[in-house]
Amino acid sequence: MKVLVAVKRTIDPNVKVRVKSDQTGVETANVKMAMNPFCEIAVEEAVRMKEAGSANEVVAVSAGADKAQETLRTALAMGADRAVHIVTEAELQPLAVARLLKVIADEEQPGLVIMGKQAIDDDSNQTGQMLAALLGWPQATFASEIEFKDGTADVTREIDGGLETLNVNLPAVVTTDLRLNEPRYASLPNIMKAKKKPIDRREADALGVDISPRLAIHKVEEPPKREAGIKVADVAELVAKLRDDAKVIG
Amino acid sequence: MSEQRAFIDLDDDHRELREPVSALCARYPGEYWREKDRERAYPEEFVQALTDAGFLAALIPERYGGSGLGIGAGAAILEEIHASGCNGGACHAQMYTMGTVLRHGSDQQKETYLPQIASGARRLQAFGVTEPTTGSDTTQLRTTAERRPDGDYTVNGQKVWISRAEHSDLLLLLARTTPAAETKKRTEGLSVFLVELERAVGNGLEIRPIRTMINHATTELFFDDLVIPGSSLIGEEGRGFRYILDGMNAERILIAAECIGDSRWFIEKASAYATERQVFGRPIGANQGVQFPIAEAYAQMEAARLMVQKAAALFDAGRPCGPEANMAKLLAAEASWKAADTCLQTHGGFGFAEEYDVERKFREARLYRVAPISTNLVLAYLGQHVLGMPRSY
Ligand SMILES: Cc1cc2nc3c(=O)[nH]c(=O)nc-3n(C[C@H](O)[C@H](O)[C@H](O)COP(=O)(O)OP(=O)(O)OC[C@H]3O[C@@H](n4cnc5c(N)ncnc54)[C@H](O)[C@@H]3O)c2cc1C
Repeated sequence: MKVLVAVKRTIDPNVKVRVKSDQTGVETANVKMAMNPFCEIAVEEAVRMKEAGSANEVVAVSAGADKAQETLRTALAMGADRAVHIVTEAELQPLAVARLLKVIADEEQPGLVIMGKQAIDDDSNQTGQMLAALLGWPQATFASEIEFKDGTADVTREIDGGLETLNVNLPAVVTTDLRLNEPRYASLPNIMKAKKKPIDRREADALGVDISPRLAIHKVEEPPKREAGIKVADVAELVAKLRDDAKVIG
Repeated sequence: MSEQRAFIDLDDDHRELREPVSALCARYPGEYWREKDRERAYPEEFVQALTDAGFLAALIPERYGGSGLGIGAGAAILEEIHASGCNGGACHAQMYTMGTVLRHGSDQQKETYLPQIASGARRLQAFGVTEPTTGSDTTQLRTTAERRPDGDYTVNGQKVWISRAEHSDLLLLLARTTPAAETKKRTEGLSVFLVELERAVGNGLEIRPIRTMINHATTELFFDDLVIPGSSLIGEEGRGFRYILDGMNAERILIAAECIGDSRWFIEKASAYATERQVFGRPIGANQGVQFPIAEAYAQMEAARLMVQKAAALFDAGRPCGPEANMAKLLAAEASWKAADTCLQTHGGFGFAEEYDVERKFREARLYRVAPISTNLVLAYLGQHVLGMPRSY
């Protein structure tokens, strides 16, 4: 089985993000970037599938500017076999990415597409679901465990009440949750090997899909600073405050 | 050696190594280092992770199990470690101390030790040069290794500031084998040995830790009739000083790269804090008295970086690079100290709070103006050997 794993380059999760002074977005100039943590988990899972013999090839794909190549190199260093870079400087929203990924999925015909449940920059949590719909494939989101049997996959998901296990036919789209695995480090020998692995560059404009944004962002603001709390003497005072000051109870 | 052209590639300064190194470092955040610092404990987990990922074997040729990369790659790795807020001082010597074995060791020594060092099965990250009574005046060192009739050597003397000796399996030792009075030049008569510490400790070698203002696992070594096999001699007897000098350029360049990483960390912290901290109704960074020192530290770091790159490019082309390696270390250590002081000042009182990590990094960054060679000795070297002025050392 071939596994297609989609990865996104985002601001490093350890960096404290700053809103741009013109409030059009967050500052990304001179900010450390890294692979989206949920995508790392997806790459790790794909590589483990290959190591376990359930997959025979892992193809990483990323859409974005030139620098996305570095994120693909990381995926290759973690163990992906080859990569596809969909090159574009355009702003990409989830539907656009899903459309681009569909083109690659149609070409590659993987048995499984695995990707992060969301990216830590815009937290959209949409791309995997949209891709499954465009492909007409089953989807299993928020995976915390994946097991293959007889051409299907058992995917355990973390839901509010506990765990839910879905059985999906393959090919399918699976999105990863935090507890699926702990991604490995890219080791130096593997980084060196990754330099020789192929990255296929594809111009987004040439893939024949509409990637123009559907949503406009009007303003990005920092969350309000947390104000200091107050101490109440007893339940009666608490209820009074909730009713009269906070006006959250009647 | 044939003259190879030396290049600095401004677009690709080992880009492929940087993200993976900083991803690994992200798992060792400030609180990890604060706890180690508080306990004066060795960051074993961090060192093991770097070892397992092969980063400390970057410079060992592939034939011996390393990645066979140049000093520029090693510099990129250590720079990223420091820029991530981690401290390469715990293990940087594992990367380069082996160079003396590689360049001057026998085939047998190379085949025995290098693969073990590459895999991390054994650590060679202790380097014994400095002595309490002679300090920077290395050629006057007093530790002796006397050859016995059976070909073994008996070592006597004392070393100080020997870092990581308790966390190393092997020690590269510089000792006098011919009394200075019997040599023509003071640089002659010194020899280098590779001492197996597991056999030496308790049999004539005692290691005593020294508590210092930073968590650096540094120690004092006492040699009292320690017998080491003749096979532990590296290269020829009496030529040790030369061998050590060969390795020093590598050390200078790599430590300079760590200073560049520290500078980046300080500048990033300082500019973020200056933008965010509001006093008198506006960010403190709006005041030029706060903003300009940070900008100056940045310019100083970028200038120092160019010298590190130049030294590394010369080194990797197999060209002489003594002045450049020393200047890289000098300029980078000054730049990181400037950045450290600026960062602390920018943070005001909060710079002193442990939880900001600034005070710890500040203490750590200060080391590199003293070790492995002090600022003055670099200046003395430039004055004497590059500019031809009268001797002071
Ligand atoms: C934390 C730490 C770790 C270390 N790790 C190691 C290690 O692993 N292995 C090792 O061998 N050593 C190690 N060192 C030792 C270090 O290399 C020396 O401390 C350093 O070279 C200076 O030597 P010294 O301390 O004897 O100072 P001294 O030589 O006594 O010098 C004291 C001061 O006088 C100045 N000075 C001396 N002579 C001159 C001159 N001719 N002209 C102008 N100024 C002069 C020096 O610049 C210095 O500022 C370490 C030191 C420290 C603090």
